[in-house]
Formats: sequence, C-alpha cells, structure tokens
Amino acid sequence: MSANNASDLPGVSDRLAYNAMRNWKERLIETVLLAAAAISVLTTLGIVYVLVSESFHFFQNVSIIDFLTDTQWTPLFDDAHFGIMVLISGTLVSSGVALLLAIPMGTIIAIYLSEFANPKVREVAKPILELLGGIPTIVFGYFALLVVTPILQFFLPSLPGFSLLSAGLVMGIMIVPYIASLSEDAMRAVPMSMREGAFAMGSTKLYTAVHVVVPAAISGLAASYILGISRAVGETMILAVAAGMQPNLTWNPMEPAATITSYIVQVALGDLPHGSIGYQTIFAAGLTLLLITLVFNILGQWLRAKYREAY
Amino acid sequence: MQIHDTPTLKAEARNLNFYYGEVKALKSINMPIYDKKVTALIGPSGCGKSTYLRSFNRMHDLYPGNRYEGEIRFYPDNTNLLSPEVDPIEVRMRLGMVFQKPNPFPKTIYENVAYGLRVRGENNSRVLDDKVEQALRGAAIWDEVKDRLQEMAPNLSGGQQQRLCIARALATDPELLLFDEPTSALDPIATGAIEELVHELKKRVTILIVTHNMQQAARVSDYTAYMYLGELIEFGKTDEIFIKPQDKRTEDYITGRMG
Repeated sequence: MSANNASDLPGVSDRLAYNAMRNWKERLIETVLLAAAAISVLTTLGIVYVLVSESFHFFQNVSIIDFLTDTQWTPLFDDAHFGIMVLISGTLVSSGVALLLAIPMGTIIAIYLSEFANPKVREVAKPILELLGGIPTIVFGYFALLVVTPILQFFLPSLPGFSLLSAGLVMGIMIVPYIASLSEDAMRAVPMSMREGAFAMGSTKLYTAVHVVVPAAISGLAASYILGISRAVGETMILAVAAGMQPNLTWNPMEPAATITSYIVQVALGDLPHGSIGYQTIFAAGLTLLLITLVFNILGQWLRAKYREAY
Repeated sequence: MQIHDTPTLKAEARNLNFYYGEVKALKSINMPIYDKKVTALIGPSGCGKSTYLRSFNRMHDLYPGNRYEGEIRFYPDNTNLLSPEVDPIEVRMRLGMVFQKPNPFPKTIYENVAYGLRVRGENNSRVLDDKVEQALRGAAIWDEVKDRLQEMAPNLSGGQQQRLCIARALATDPELLLFDEPTSALDPIATGAIEELVHELKKRVTILIVTHNMQQAARVSDYTAYMYLGELIEFGKTDEIFIKPQDKRTEDYITGRMG
C-alpha cells in the first residue's frame, strides 16, 4: 500500500470492521431472540409429547370406544370405568353457565365503555375491571362456596352445597373482565370515520354501536370470546372448591359434578404409583382438555380469518 | 352578482362562528347555498372549509368542547340547523354526507345502501330492493355491482367504495349532499367518475363540496366560496371567481401564488 492511499484505506477498513461488528451483533441478537421463541415452542411440544405418550399407555389398557361412551368414571375403584363423558359434561355445563353470563355481560360492558362512557369514567372503570381479573381463582372459589351458593340457595332451596351453577356463575364473573377489556380494545380500534359515516346517516349512538361498530370489531370480539372459553374450560380452582368433585354425568347445572380439571387436581393430590392406570388417567384427561381448547382455538383462528378487519 | 335567473335558496349561513374549545375556527360566515346547484368550498389547508361543511350536519356535536354561534337557515321550512332545540339526528336525516376517505360499513353492498333506510325504520324488502337499486343507479355503480350485492363492501376498489358511499347517502333522498374532499384518496380515473356523478346529481339535489383541487372546483361547481383562516373571503359564481376575482387574496390563491 503506497503512501498516497494512506488517507483512504483506514477509512474503508474501519467501515468494514464496523460492518463486521454490526453483523456479529445482529447475529447474536437474532440467536437470543430465536432461543427465547424456541423455549416456548419446545415447552409446548414437550407437554404434548408427555400427554400423548402417557395417554398411549393408557389407551393400551382402555379402548377408545369405552373411553368415549362409558357413562361412569371410577378409575380408582376395583370395578374401574373410564367414561370421559362424565368429566366432559361437568366441564361443558360449568363453562356454559360461565359463558352465558360472561359473553353478554362482557360485550355490554365493552359497548358501554367504548361508545357511551365519557373518558373520565372509562379511565377509572377499566383498570378496576381489569383488577377483577387479577384476583386469585382460589378466592373466587371460596366466594362461590361461601357467598354465592347460600344466596342461590335462598332462591333455589333444592340447590346442593356444591353445584356447577354456583361455580359457573362465579367463573363467569371472573371471565367478564377479559372479555370486556379485549372487546373494548377491539371496538376502540374501529376508526372514527366509520362512526362518523353512521352518525351522518342519522343513526343514534346505540344503532351505530350495534350495527356498525360491533360488526367492524367482530374478529376482535370473537378472539375475546375464544379466550373466555379457553379460560372457562381450563379453570380449576373455582370448580374444585365450589362444584364438588364427584364424577357425575349430568347436564343439569343444579347438581354437583367433577370437571376434567378438578379431577386432575383431585387425583394429583393423592399418592398414585407412577405408571399405574390411575396415574395414566391424568394424562388421558389432560389430553382431552388440550383437544377441547385446541378445537376452540382453531375455531377462533377461522373466525378471525373469515371476519378480518377490512378497514 | 346574480342579475338574471336568481336561484332559490336552499340554505344560508348567517353570522356563523365556530369554536373548537377556545380556538375560533370560523369567523362570522354569511353565505347562501342555492337549490339544485353545486357550491364548492376552496382554500388552503386549515382554512376552515371542512369545519364549515361539518357544521351543516352537526358532526361537531359528536365531540366535546365544540360550540356554534349564529345560524344556518335551511329552506323551505326556515329551520335553524344549529339551534339547540333541533335534534342533530333530525338534521342528519335530511342531509347526506360523503367523506374524504371512503368509509363503507363492514356489511354487504346491499346492506350499506339500505342502511339509512333501515335507520329510518324501513324494513319492507320490496321497498328496500327498489331504493337500493335506484340509489346504486344514481351513483353510477349499479352495473358494476348488480350481480354481487351480497358481497362485502370493503372488498370493492377505492373508487367503487366512494361511489357506494354516495349511493348510501342518496338512498334516503337527502335535501343537501355534503362532500368532504371526496376524491382526495382516489386515482384520476375514479376522480373523473365522481366528478361526472356530481354533475349528474345536481339535477336532483343541492351539493356542497369541499375540495383541495381548484380545477375540480372549476369543473364541477356553479358557485365557489374561497375561505382563508376561518373567514369567507369571496363568494360568487364559479366562472366569475375564477376569471375575475374581486379580492386580492382569492386571486393569489387561484393563480397559485399562495396555498
């Protein structure tokens, strides 16, 4: 390298060195991000692997037909029956009660907060509502057992001390904030020009909210409902505390019953020998639960794709 | 200014002031709107032309802190559109509006046009079918959408969406149609279609149009108002405004020396 280039060359090599440094940093960051993403994916895959492999052993002893059609669930008795419908019925009835309360109430709250409440009310009400979602579910469980059940018994004297109704209602109250908060976000994301268009046609606030804003936010609303369903189906403590734990094939919310989740809690607390059929039922029940939530999630994705925001 | 064939009045702003909170956005505007004519509002950005337009159908009532002073008289019944005793919903029932950015509702093409009729309580499907077809024909979009009335409106192209929004406004037979820069989001071909439509529509309805585009004002309007900093500087027949403006500021704007 000759002297007359001396002023150029360091500049170029500096730049190259800087580029190399930047590339190295970029790659490091990329690796860290990939690792973070991989951990959650691998965890999910690990859970699925454990559930499927343990369930595989379970289904070597119990036929799938029996599992799906038997009307009794007595895995720990000498005369063992493995009818998962018993637990599914409890899960569906309690979730149904919860969602019948939470979806209308959450949606109405969201409409109120997004379209009617003045900003000051919204700023106060929304955080308080979201606080409700932060209460530990065990607290909700005892609230159901010690407050809601006695109140319900006042109106319905035949209601037993443990019931799907009471647990389901409280579960609904627990889910309301999730649905209200997410739905409100979705409705507030609807552009103001859409509302102005509706008002310019002479619609009232309510007509605008129901006929324009809600349809425009429908994919967000659907997502919030799906989250609510997943919360209800997967909820454990409230049901374990307030719904009783006896397996009971029923569609009547006025009865006590075990759900998939409360069964898992109950059995996991006992000391079942590793590898026994009773131990494997936990995984079979868990896999069933996973499949149920998976169905709802796929349904949610499909709804999202079908009614994606077009604005 | 109008020596022969003085047209009838459709509306008239009288000493109109408007405030966004403390900010005075319109300063004592006095201006007639003539029946079955196209009146264009021109002026640089922020001059208050959209604010003025949106006063007619009380859109400012949707946001807190806004205040009107003065009157907008609406004929033939001589109602003051801005009177606190007049329900803004009643006002909006009589006026139609087309926005800057096409804003079709997330509904089918048919339901978009039927929207205003349903708001007014019309549920007879025969009547709805008729009116929807009429409105779509009136907005020169019928041939393009007649076979797909049940498709979602947001799937249409921008120009079609804007004509659909015009059809939506036409379906309820408004007495005055407000256009807020209806072509600023559209390409030249779609713009041409809308301008042609405006020309066609003035046979049936009075039109007030805000535009950034002076050629557009010259092409489509019968009367032109030039606004600047919240004031109405000059109002007159479009050819007079463009050929021999009376005010220096109007002349500067029209000849491109300002704005």
